[in-house]
Amino acid sequence: MSEMIKVGMADLKICVAPDTITTQGLGSCVGVAIRDPQTGIGGLAHVMLPDSQAIKNNSNIPKFADTGIVELVRQIVARGGSRNRLVAKIAGGAQMFSFQSKSDMVRIGERNAEACKKKLQEMRIPILAEDTGLNYGRTVIFHPATGDFVIRAVGKPERKI
Amino acid sequence: MNDLSLETMSNEYYDVLKEIGNIGAGNATTALAQMIGSKVDMAVPQVKLLEFQEVGSMMGGEEQIMAGICLAVEGDITGSIMFLLQQEAAKHLITKLMPGMGDENSMDFTEMELSALKEVGNIIAGSYLNSLSSLTNLTIYPSVPDLAVDMAGAILSIPAIQFGTIGDHILLIQTQFIDEKSLEGYFILLPDLDSYSKILASLGISF
Repeated sequence: MSEMIKVGMADLKICVAPDTITTQGLGSCVGVAIRDPQTGIGGLAHVMLPDSQAIKNNSNIPKFADTGIVELVRQIVARGGSRNRLVAKIAGGAQMFSFQSKSDMVRIGERNAEACKKKLQEMRIPILAEDTGLNYGRTVIFHPATGDFVIRAVGKPERKI
Repeated sequence: MNDLSLETMSNEYYDVLKEIGNIGAGNATTALAQMIGSKVDMAVPQVKLLEFQEVGSMMGGEEQIMAGICLAVEGDITGSIMFLLQQEAAKHLITKLMPGMGDENSMDFTEMELSALKEVGNIIAGSYLNSLSSLTNLTIYPSVPDLAVDMAGAILSIPAIQFGTIGDHILLIQTQFIDEKSLEGYFILLPDLDSYSKILASLGISF
């Protein structure tokens, strides 16, 4: 029997195939899924903010793209995943409201997605697929066995990337 | 950088928010009753400080479909305000507002209904801002509202991210409107960092 593990907002978890891992209702946050295809060890982070260095109160590691991705990789490797084989897929980073505001919070979804991609590139983890941006929420389910990243949105057909 | 954090903020701030919530919800209830042309009651609003994970489940799960109306705020203070309503409650309200104009059997919203919903949210959030403005003597201009109908988690990611820059909790005001049904509504006030101190200072609260 496989189990579906739930990841909350500003949280990360790992699992081993055939278990799957999900996070619900991603808005401007980004879901970063990483796995080692050979061992089926993988994990998912629900990242809220791009940069831990920009914020004083930054002890919550999974909350930020930079620290969250590093920690996700560390946990996957600690569980037996190979650092060199890791591949990633990302989803989320939507802009839920479109009004003009002076605050750069408006573009936060885009900035979150950019920060995740930058960190993954820095760590030389290939991004195999992404479904980011636009203006709607997403629920994602990650299958570390196959690498399938299933994306559900309100009023849209289910997608697999 | 500001040392402000919600975790250490004084109880007085919560009391103030509760009072503003009370008056604002009162005004909103009156406006709502006038709009739909029937009696509307309200329960005393509750101010809640929740962890990110708790917020979705309180509203019926991260995938619960909600209508979220967001207004940017400018003037003496800057930031935004959000008003959230469950899909069912939103449908109920606009059906009463313009009977026979929407599709009552479908949970989806027509263009017309979305527009009406935006206006309802605008009036409710506006009532709240009015009470904040008159209590603090601060000038507050709300922007044109923007509406999203989507998963609770996705809509809440916006305030959560903003609260995320100062801590790991989200502060919201839960109100209950009662006509023949009980409708849960949630206000989230999102002042920019330096606006918190302006609000508190204008009320004579030290922090």
